[in-house]
Amino acid sequence: MDATQLALAERVAEEQRHHKMAQFFWVWAALLVMTAIEVYLTYQNMPPAKMLTILMGLSLIKAALIIGFFMHLRYEISRMKWITMCAVVGCLILMTIFFFPDAQRIITLGVK
Amino acid sequence: MADTVVSHDVPSVYEPSLFGTYSKKIGMWLFLMSDSLTFGALLYAYSYGRISLGATWQTPFHSASIINATIMTAFLLTSSLTMVLAVRASVQHNAKMQTLWLLATIACGAGFVILHGMEWSKLIAEGLTLPMFPAVPGHEANAEFVNVTKVVPQFPATFFTLTGMHMLHVTLGIIYLGVVALRRKFIPILVGLWLIAWLATPSYSPFHYGAHVLLLGAIVCGIILWLKPKVYDSSDVEVAGLYWHFVDLVWMFIFPLVYLMSARILPT
Repeated sequence: MDATQLALAERVAEEQRHHKMAQFFWVWAALLVMTAIEVYLTYQNMPPAKMLTILMGLSLIKAALIIGFFMHLRYEISRMKWITMCAVVGCLILMTIFFFPDAQRIITLGVK
Repeated sequence: MADTVVSHDVPSVYEPSLFGTYSKKIGMWLFLMSDSLTFGALLYAYSYGRISLGATWQTPFHSASIINATIMTAFLLTSSLTMVLAVRASVQHNAKMQTLWLLATIACGAGFVILHGMEWSKLIAEGLTLPMFPAVPGHEANAEFVNVTKVVPQFPATFFTLTGMHMLHVTLGIIYLGVVALRRKFIPILVGLWLIAWLATPSYSPFHYGAHVLLLGAIVCGIILWLKPKVYDSSDVEVAGLYWHFVDLVWMFIFPLVYLMSARILPT
C-alpha cells in the first residue's frame, strides 16, 4: 500500500479501537433472539402471506444490524453509506418491479 | 515564454478519499454489491418457482431439518461475532488473539458447512436430488421424494442452486480466513482436508465431490502466496471480515425463505 492508503487504513483502525465491545455482544444476542422468534413462528401454523411478511421484516432488521454494526457501515461517512445502500436497494427494487407483476399474473391466471 | 514548473507530486498522505476509507475496502464493498445481486436473482428465482407452482411446491423440511438449520444459523451468527472480535484484535495489534478469533470463526464456518452437507445427504437419500448427483444405493425404492424431480423439478433445481451457491461462498470464506490467519501454513491443511473428505466419504456423498473446492482453493491460494507473499495487516483482516459478514447476511434471507417457509410441521 502507498502512503495515502496506509494513512487511511491507520485512521480507520484508530476509529475502530474506540468501538465498545459490549455492543457487538448485544447485536449478536439480538440476532439470536430474532432467529428464535422466527423459528417459534414456524411452529404456529400461521397463514403463509402473514408469516412471509413477518419473516422478511425480521430478516431486514437482522440485515440492517449486520451491515450497520458488524460491517461497520454506520461508522463510515455519509457518501459511502448512501452510495452503497442506494445502489443495492435500487437494483433489488428493479428486480421486484419485474418479479411482482409477473408473479401476480401467475396467481390470477394460473400457469398455462 | 517563461518556464513554468508543472508539479507531478505523488498524492499527499493527507489527500482526502472520496469514500473516506482505503481502496481495498471500497473494492470489497463493490464486489459485495455485485454479489448481493447474484443472490437476489437466485432468491427471486426460488420465490417465482414457489408462487407459480402453488400447492405442488414441496415442503420437505421436518422438525429435525428446522432444528438443524437453526443450529447452522447460530453457528453463522456466532462466527460473525468472532470475526468482529478478530478485527478488533487486529486493530489493537494483538496478533495472537487475532489468529485465535480467526480460527474460531473458521471453526464455526466449518460447523455450518458440515451440518449443511449432512442435510444435503439426507435430502438426496430421501429422493430430493438433481440428475447430476450420483444415486444413493439402496434408497431409490422407499425414498419420500422419489417423484419430486419429475413432478416439480423446479424445487430441487432452485433449492440446490441457492443453498449450493451459499455453501460455496462459506467454503471460500473459510479458505480466505485460513490464509489470512495462517498464510502458507494453511495450504497443507487444506490439502489434508481435501484428502480426508475425498477418501473417507462414499462417492455419492456431497462431501466427496464438494471436497474438490478445497483442492482448487489450495492451488489458487498457493499461487497467490507464491507470487505475493505478505504479512496481512488489520486492513486485510477487516476486508476479509466484510466478506464473511456478507455470507452471514445472505443466510438471514435464505433461512426463513427456504427452510422456515417450507417447513412441514405437524399440528400437535
